[in-house]
Amino acid sequence: MSGKHKTPMLDELEKGPFPSFITEIKKARNSSAMPEMADDELGQLEKSYNSKRGYWKHGGIVGVLGYGSGVIGRYSSLPDEYPGVAHFHTYRINQPSGFFYTSKALKEICDIWDKYGSGLTNMHGSTGDLVLLGTTTENLETLFAEYSSRGWDLGGSGSAMRTPSCCVGQARCEWAMIDTMDICNTVTQHFQDELHRPAYPYKIKNKISGCACDCVAAIARADISVIGTWKGDIQINQAEVKKYADSGMDIQSDVIDWCPTECMSFDGSSITIDNSQCNRCMHCITRMTKALKPGKERGASILVGSKAPIVVGSLLSWVIVPFMKMESPYEEYIELLENMIEWWDDNAKPRERIGELIEVKGMRPFLEAIGVDPQPQQVYEPRKDPFFFWSESDFA
Amino acid sequence: MALPERQTDIGPPDYRQFLPPVIEKNYGKWSHHEILTPGTMVHYAESGDKLFTVRVASPRLLATDSIRELCNFAEEYCDGYLRFTTRNNVEFLVSDESKLEPLVAALKEKGHMIGGIGPRVSNVIHTQGWVHCHSACTDASGLVKAIMDDLHEYFTTKALPNKVRLAVACCVNMCGAVHVSDIAVVAVHRKVPVINDDAVKKACEIPTTIASCPTSAIRPNPKEKSVTINEEKCMYCGNCFTVCPPIEIHNPEQDGVAIVVGGKIGSLRTDPKFSKLAIPFFYNEPPRWPKVVAAIRNILETYAKNAKKHERVGEWIERIGWEDFFKQTGIEFTFQHIDDFTFMRDTLRTSAAFKY
Repeated sequence: MSGKHKTPMLDELEKGPFPSFITEIKKARNSSAMPEMADDELGQLEKSYNSKRGYWKHGGIVGVLGYGSGVIGRYSSLPDEYPGVAHFHTYRINQPSGFFYTSKALKEICDIWDKYGSGLTNMHGSTGDLVLLGTTTENLETLFAEYSSRGWDLGGSGSAMRTPSCCVGQARCEWAMIDTMDICNTVTQHFQDELHRPAYPYKIKNKISGCACDCVAAIARADISVIGTWKGDIQINQAEVKKYADSGMDIQSDVIDWCPTECMSFDGSSITIDNSQCNRCMHCITRMTKALKPGKERGASILVGSKAPIVVGSLLSWVIVPFMKMESPYEEYIELLENMIEWWDDNAKPRERIGELIEVKGMRPFLEAIGVDPQPQQVYEPRKDPFFFWSESDFA
Repeated sequence: MALPERQTDIGPPDYRQFLPPVIEKNYGKWSHHEILTPGTMVHYAESGDKLFTVRVASPRLLATDSIRELCNFAEEYCDGYLRFTTRNNVEFLVSDESKLEPLVAALKEKGHMIGGIGPRVSNVIHTQGWVHCHSACTDASGLVKAIMDDLHEYFTTKALPNKVRLAVACCVNMCGAVHVSDIAVVAVHRKVPVINDDAVKKACEIPTTIASCPTSAIRPNPKEKSVTINEEKCMYCGNCFTVCPPIEIHNPEQDGVAIVVGGKIGSLRTDPKFSKLAIPFFYNEPPRWPKVVAAIRNILETYAKNAKKHERVGEWIERIGWEDFFKQTGIEFTFQHIDDFTFMRDTLRTSAAFKY
């Protein structure tokens, strides 16, 4: 259909080489059974571009029977002017690990969405879900029946375990020290109740990256961050080192000079590494992927606390468990997760993330609650001031 | 028509059913990879098998018909297999080498932007903006479109010293990874919220509203059964608005965006870093935010010209020093740049060694 709104501002954003989200919104009018949704989305957005403000109300409480999360209520504040988006709820589908799909599965998702929604999606939302943008309250149960019967469950929202997410891992990356996709899937399945029925003080996120490149931004965007690592010596293939040198790579300036611990040297034909000094940063391995491989003992570092700025500033995750083996069925990791979440759930105020709670309560109560010893790997440096606590157990 | 029977707590479908056979066979047994072009790469398995990947840009907001078109490419060239990256690029997984070039040609013919691999700008992580969020004070998708139209060559062809990760967040809730991006835009408020006492009385829980303020600027107003805000303490975070909507934080004429730089996620060479404030404010100028676009290009090109190979934006700035960053980029240093909140102690200089 052609739209009922004139959108001169938005039409400007159909020009230029980068794919246009405006073109996408217009396109949805051709496939959705409710073309007025995308059309009024355009109309309302054009109004925002003129007035420089949004017209969405706070989310209302909507959902499907038996669940408390996965659907986010969204209503226009101008329903008379834009009736197509009077209801424009978000339906979060829990994505498969690693964002892999077959065309058959995606087309099936699209066909259902065109029948009962606006035809607009986010591939994917910031947490990782396959996000369907814009449906009505009355269509929610139908959508849930259609999707869940075909194997697609809802993702998390609100004060719940949020949909875990991971990097591509061992499916297509030589650096993945752990099976990120299996860990993600196992954790998601284990915490189904916690994911669908918000019962926590606030959200809690879990992301799993296969190495320190951290392609899923676990260290910055997950309360509980899993980052693959190794112990033991970096495996060197000197024949491949020589091939890199022969092919013109300046190994000294591209690799050796960037080593943060100065633990490597190159004598013109082979590389020597003092592995006792290596901090496993990944620079050399990523630059010489054929010649250098991580050590053979694989596992993960578990870090805790990261979040965006609201409320008292951003946090990056802190090292809690420097090394943990990560082998199916991941019982040790899941037990640690449960212990960490239980301590947070017992102690946090409403809307307090686990990192903020650790700041308030101190690291010691947290480590003691989850049974992890203090270790120098957890800090950059010990405290600078002379004010420190003693507890009765220290005198025993 | 009767609905199919709903199932609960089944979780996501098992990813294994979506993996192409070459991945199933070589799962966990990849040896190395090579970047062939800015938008194509090949992964070699220990078995000798090869998997080719073609990466294309996406606006993230996709219509079902666009997903179907992506699926059609996958069916014709990749036996129906495709995936999305953590930065919302689309990746086609090509097992048959002879189909690689025809796929690239077909994608180009349809106008797809192929690239984003290696030392370049990849897809921009961003939030919902005016398209779909109640707390947005800019439009994330519009900013991304305008920025990437300008920087598209850094996605498709031109190389940089290292990868540059861009992000746009439409408010300080930062549903994108703005706080750890090389160059990012975050929308900010600058005015104390306006309180509608009548509506607060009806809609809000007063203790929760008071507790929501990180600077303790909110006090009860028992006479109106509402609250008051200490203007000197308010830093416009909008958290009170989130828990109590009648506290109106939006101010269309005074809201706008800031640019932050130097964040980094990976541990390569140097530790992960937060992004820091480069430019405190631009007015919203829809539909194309020309001043924001120009400022980002200036920062990116100053980095491209002056950073050493392998340095990320934050690593370059730390080497030259922030005082030199402001000099090289010509960005004005203001009161807003000096932290007077949680990071003040860590960020004030305690050395007489610095540059002019």
